[in-house]
Formats: sequence, structure tokens, C-alpha cells
Amino acid sequence: MLAIIDTGCANINSVRFAFERLGVTPKVITNVDQVQSAERIILPGVGHASVAMDRLISGNWLDAINEFERPIMGICLGMQLLCEQSSEGNIKTLNKIKGNVSQLDVGQLTSPHMGWNNLNVLKPHALTKGITSEDQVYFVHSFAHQINECTFATTKYGQSFSAIIAQDNIAGMQFHPERSAKVGARLLQNFLDWQI
Amino acid sequence: MLSKRIIPCLDVKNGQVVKGVKFKGHEVVGDILDLAKAYSDAGADELVFYEISASVEQRLLDLTWVETIAKNIDIPFCVAGGIKSVEDAGRVLKQGADKISINSPAIARPELITELHDEFGKQCVVVGIDSFYDEVTNEYLVYQLTGDPNATSRTRYNTLDWVKKVVDLGAGEIVLNCMNQDGVRNGYDIAQLKKVRNICSLPIIASGGAGSVVDFKNVFEQTNVDGALAASVFHKDIIKIPELKQYLAQNKIATRLC
Repeated sequence: MLAIIDTGCANINSVRFAFERLGVTPKVITNVDQVQSAERIILPGVGHASVAMDRLISGNWLDAINEFERPIMGICLGMQLLCEQSSEGNIKTLNKIKGNVSQLDVGQLTSPHMGWNNLNVLKPHALTKGITSEDQVYFVHSFAHQINECTFATTKYGQSFSAIIAQDNIAGMQFHPERSAKVGARLLQNFLDWQI
Repeated sequence: MLSKRIIPCLDVKNGQVVKGVKFKGHEVVGDILDLAKAYSDAGADELVFYEISASVEQRLLDLTWVETIAKNIDIPFCVAGGIKSVEDAGRVLKQGADKISINSPAIARPELITELHDEFGKQCVVVGIDSFYDEVTNEYLVYQLTGDPNATSRTRYNTLDWVKKVVDLGAGEIVLNCMNQDGVRNGYDIAQLKKVRNICSLPIIASGGAGSVVDFKNVFEQTNVDGALAASVFHKDIIKIPELKQYLAQNKIATRLC
């Protein structure tokens, strides 16, 4: 069973529908006891980091995520919550992927970074299979993970930042694969096919 | 590189897509889902749906078609029509819309912009502005309730003042509908878009006047807007999205080709 953790964010239906278009019926879970029966987990997220982190803490999700050994993937804010800490609200986050999240330095460009931008694959990973630098995905964010050894694909907007990150069984995508047309569908299928 | 967005706009009335000229005389263009799927398959970067009669009839848009769109298309979409409160917006977003756009309700109660920003984040709060150029006084004026010619009226705002105010209140994006140009296909209102671009650091979507691929090239080259919205040229098949994008790419404008 593919589980989507209900963090009370607005884009849960979009993520659910995207998997349904791939022929998979995810289960939106609201209770931490449901984690045990999941084969894979999606952690979605839109909004403010400290609000979302508080919800994870108050829902007792932290231990369950820590102990889960099968694939977990965070999307957008969900990805940022899997890193060590976030400067949005200056909070410690789940610390499952090395690196910190800080405000994107966009220079003279408009903020937030919103729209379609290219993926630049740095090194191979099951999640980036079939993706080329011509491929674009849909971003909406103003904070980002700073590139390190866990970065598998980058994107540039003002500065370069991590677009796809992974460490052990945990992964994250800064953009919205559920709204990224065929490229996004490919990336979600890659997540479903990812074997640890 | 961040692509300039091409955004077909679907005006919805009684469950179907319609199109008028200068906001009047609406004709049925087709089925909502059929058109939405056709545009997303053709490479549209985003879709905007305006349920044009909702604000005029003082009701929230019909939520049933929003979920149908969310299930069936895989690009972002924005929905507008009679969203007057955080509760209304929450219902629309829960159906799967990525953004909500407010226009007349923001003029009636500007604090709504801040309330939506605080609840859902700036990224999903779009403010639509219907701006009319008055040749006699050389002023850009904000209009409201443009979904029905009998209800349309001038507001107390001039366009540049209103833009500054919505930015301060927490909007995340502005769609500037230049009413003099709407549906007449004579090109985007470059002069007005430049004026607004100069005072606004948010993403701006140009709307009103697209007639040819050259109009899209001109608006991106001359005003640095983030996206261009159009309706009749796409509905009437005057411009095909894949050809438009090839043309923009040949002219070195950042474009998503697919």
C-alpha cells in the first residue's frame, strides 16, 4: 500500500490523483498506526515549515518515520522537513537527509520561484531514471536545500539548489511532480519502482 | 532556466466554457474537461478557470468541476469565481486546485488578500485586476464584476495604486486584464504592463489582446512579464500551443517544449 501522510495541507488530493493516473490507489493516512502496513510513504507539504513540523510532532509521526525502512519521499515542503533544519522559522526538522534548508537567494529575480524550470541530473539514482536536462518540472517555493552529497539533481534560479535529494531510503523533490505533466508522472513512477 | 508561462484561460458559465468580446456577448466554446485536457496535452504551462457569473450572482463557483479537472489534468491550475472568504478558498483548494484567484471580492474587502496569504501561503493567492484605460483622462482604472455587462462598474481605485496595495496585502501573483484589449486580438497592452512591471516585484501574468504569436514574443521581450494568458486565439484555433512555443524558443525566449 502506498500511503500519503495527511499533514493537513491543501495539495493532498493533487498528489493522490497523480498516483491514481498511474493506476495506483494511495491511501491517505491520518493515524500513525497506519504506517506499519505501508510499503511506501509520501510526505506532501505546502505552507510554513514550523506549522507543518508542529503538526508532525503533535500527530506523533516522528518515531514512525524514523523507524520506517522502506521508501519515503517528501514533496516540496515535505522534502524540506526531511532535512536537518530549516531557516523558515529557525527549526530543527526530521534530520533524515543531510543538509539545511535556507531562503533561496534570487537576486533581482521575482520571488517565489514559481513556474517550470529545468532539472540538471548530477549523478544517477533510481529516481532520476530517464530524466534529461531538457526536462522541466513545476516549482513553487522560496526556500531550498543547499547542494551537498545527497543532491542528485539541481535547478538554477538566482542560485543553484537541490531539486532531488536522497539518502538511504529517504528522498525528496523540491518541485511538484504531481503537477509536472509527463516528466512528473515519470518521476512518480520512478519512486514506485525504487527498490532499497 | 525559468520558462515564460503560456496560460489558456477558460471562462466558465453554466458548466461550459464561454468567450466574449470586451467582456460582452458570451458564446459557448465547449466542454470544460475536454478543453482543459486538450490544452494540457498541447503543452500549456498552466490553466486558469474563471466562473464568470459567480461573483455577479453572489455565490461561490461550482466545486464539482474543480475536482474533475484536478483528477484529469497534470499541470497546475488556478480557479476564480466568487471566492469571498478563507472557508470558500479552502473548499476550492481541497478539491485539488493549485491556486485561487480573487478579483471583485478583493475590491469589496481588501483584507481578504491578507487572510488568504496567512492561511494558505502567498504562492496560491492570485489577484486578478480588470483595468480599463480611459483615453479622455489618460488614467488606468480598476473595474469590477466584469462577468456581466449589466453589473460591471468602475471602482474607487486607479490601477497602479491598486497593484501597490495588493502587493502590500500579501498577494503572490497578479493577472492584469487589460479590458480595452480583451478579445480584440490587437496585441497585449505593452505600455500598461510596463508601468505595472516597474512597480511590482511579484510574478505578473499579462492578459487581454493576444492575436498572433508575435504578440506573445513582444510581451515577453518588452515587458518582462512572467506569463501570458489568452483565450480566444486558443479557443478559435488561431494559435496552436506547440507552434507558439517553437516560435518563442526560436526567438530565444525561455520556453517549456514538450
